Amino acid sequence: MTSQTPRAIALFGLVALLFLGTGFFQSWNVALTIFNMGLISAIMALGVNMQWGYAGLFNVGVMGFVALGGLGAVLVSMPPNAEAASAGGLRIAIGLVLGAATVVAAILAYTRVPRFGGWIVLAILLVGFIVFRSVLDPGVEAVEAVDPASAGNIGGLGLPVLVAWPIGGLLAAGVAWIVGKTALGLRSDYLAIATLGIAEIVIAVMKNEDWMARGVKNVIGLPRPVPYEIDLQVAPWFVELATEFGADPVTASTIFVKLAYAGLFAVVLLLLIWLTQAALASPWGRMMRAIRDNEVAAEAMGKDVTARHLQIFVLGSAVVGLAGAMMTTLDGQLTPGTYQPLRYTFLIWVMVIVGGSGNNWGSVLGGFLIWWLWVQVEPLGALLMNGITAGMADGSWLKGHLLDSVAHMRLLTMGIILLLVLRFSPRGLLPER
Amino acid sequence: MEPLNALVAFANFVLVPATAYGAQLALGALGVTLIYGILRFSNFAHGDTMAFGTMAVIMTTWGFQALGISFGPLPTALLALPVGIVACALLVLGTDKLVYKFYRTKKAVPVTFVIASLGVMFVMNGLVRFIIGPDDQLFSDGERFIITARDFKTLSGLDEGLAIKTTQAITVVVAIIVVAILFWFLNKTRTGKSMRAYSDNEDLALLSGINPERVVMYTWLMVAALATIAGTLYGLDKSFKPFTYFQLLLPIFAAAIVGGLGSPVGAIAGGFVIAFAEVTITYPLKKVLGYALPESLEPDGLVQLLSTDYKFAVSFVILIIVLLFRPTGLFKGKSV
Repeated sequence: MTSQTPRAIALFGLVALLFLGTGFFQSWNVALTIFNMGLISAIMALGVNMQWGYAGLFNVGVMGFVALGGLGAVLVSMPPNAEAASAGGLRIAIGLVLGAATVVAAILAYTRVPRFGGWIVLAILLVGFIVFRSVLDPGVEAVEAVDPASAGNIGGLGLPVLVAWPIGGLLAAGVAWIVGKTALGLRSDYLAIATLGIAEIVIAVMKNEDWMARGVKNVIGLPRPVPYEIDLQVAPWFVELATEFGADPVTASTIFVKLAYAGLFAVVLLLLIWLTQAALASPWGRMMRAIRDNEVAAEAMGKDVTARHLQIFVLGSAVVGLAGAMMTTLDGQLTPGTYQPLRYTFLIWVMVIVGGSGNNWGSVLGGFLIWWLWVQVEPLGALLMNGITAGMADGSWLKGHLLDSVAHMRLLTMGIILLLVLRFSPRGLLPER
Repeated sequence: MEPLNALVAFANFVLVPATAYGAQLALGALGVTLIYGILRFSNFAHGDTMAFGTMAVIMTTWGFQALGISFGPLPTALLALPVGIVACALLVLGTDKLVYKFYRTKKAVPVTFVIASLGVMFVMNGLVRFIIGPDDQLFSDGERFIITARDFKTLSGLDEGLAIKTTQAITVVVAIIVVAILFWFLNKTRTGKSMRAYSDNEDLALLSGINPERVVMYTWLMVAALATIAGTLYGLDKSFKPFTYFQLLLPIFAAAIVGGLGSPVGAIAGGFVIAFAEVTITYPLKKVLGYALPESLEPDGLVQLLSTDYKFAVSFVILIIVLLFRPTGLFKGKSV
């Protein structure tokens, strides 16, 4: 790390300049909005870096774990819906337990029964599925019938939203454990396809199971860990503070709220960096890198490669889930319809590769830099396009088309950045060593 | 019990759509499997390659329509196919030269190619959205149906109708022709044989004087043709939307892996397995069972095993089952 420190400082300084520039030339509100999402992106990149950089696991199901974290946040922090819970909550709970029991029974039958195992498994799954649906479906109907226009879901636990963050991470970790148990034995390409599929399934479930978090009807108005702008604007102490700085209380309140979020997120990020750096420098970190660089040799040294892979897969997914819960909190809503793999999976991968896989600081750098670019490419592209089309006749077809297409510049730019870094600096901006 | 009606209902809602969809998936999976067999990586940009080829076809179709050229009862897009294939071929050959060739000469590990293909995916996706926009495009013209449900009812006197869309029939016919040409090419021509040799054993192929760059070039040309045809057929049958094509990646990969990556026969089988599973499991079978079973056993519910939004889950579950129990796929593919 020591020989790289000047480089790291220079690059982080550059990113800081980008954000400061945004503040001075656009507005501090915009700069802080980008910065907050940059903090979350950095945490997601850290999670992916744990899987890819430490252990070489090619997980392209990031989107699924982000969404699971968001789901966790909703289920923990939303106020309880007693009516719905009494209408069908018990049935749903029993149904889910039965479903899980079916799968466990099938796995046990497959591993324990010596003959006709396949048929027994098939029979168990078939009967289990029918029983599962017949118990679950009436419960789901009952829950969804309760005030469908504004609720129609089982509600949450009503706990503080900060508690929801680690629980979102736990939820993602739990699913990652199941995924890892089945898919981690596969070689890298297959693992990639498997995780890609899991992410799509998670999103499909969240879109369709309205009883859980209202599906595509979206959950809005999540409780916030920071005060509301409206309350701040009428609080005497805040108005006084704002006038002291010579700012308009309305603008000041929005900036104050964003700063509060930034503070919370920064605490989480710093904690995670500290933990991951310590882990990477520990014997455990050395073992992980040894496994990544040469699985066979590590196995010969008595390391349980599969178990370590499962461990890091679960840990990395938990970090991504935590970031997902934080993002849902920041947005104040859960909108399963907006989760797209290009934005929530592949963009995070660009951050990790560009930042430098295997290097935690690199991932953080990549998170901030790429997120800033992702947001700013659009206004920059608009400027560029205005320049290009300035000489064209007004109302011409090409001019209109070019100006309309600016919105799609960001995908193109991200692809080109990824390809350029991969070609000319394959170890990223901040290489591992 | 009315077995004939049950059969017709099944054909109308499951057999015909699934066959067309299966043919489209099979063509897509053939492209993926060719790249995997010869270039030895999973190409994440394949969905977007299909989108690009289809986009070129759509724009040519518009041009033809503006000029008043049509293909009679068949969609004009079929006439535009060659143009689309050429455009797509130029794109993939260009990508190969700019991106993949560097890693090939360096003998980079497969996962580097996969990550590079992620970058290519972004660029192609952006390019397509940039040129044609992210919205739905309908470009099918000509006759819509070979036989409509009502005509079938009057003809046969049954209660159930059977509709066959022109695009469904075209899909199957074109797919058969393309697959026949592909297998003839791979098995009978010198270039095809050298491609198979290269796929089987790279070193031995190089030793016997096969020019690797030539093999790679032919592979990309075939991939471009397959991707454009698959994309156009899918677009004619349903509609063209860049994001949908990106999402097709999952069933296409599932088809290629289920069949055995690197095995062309497997890709075709896999395509149909995935398509039939998706359509059967997400279609409400009430109507079919209502006709097929005696009245006392008629189901009350819809007998829809899973809602249509879970179709990804179906391809995925099949994929996992095959990977766990037969890691090389139904037809022995590669397992590097």
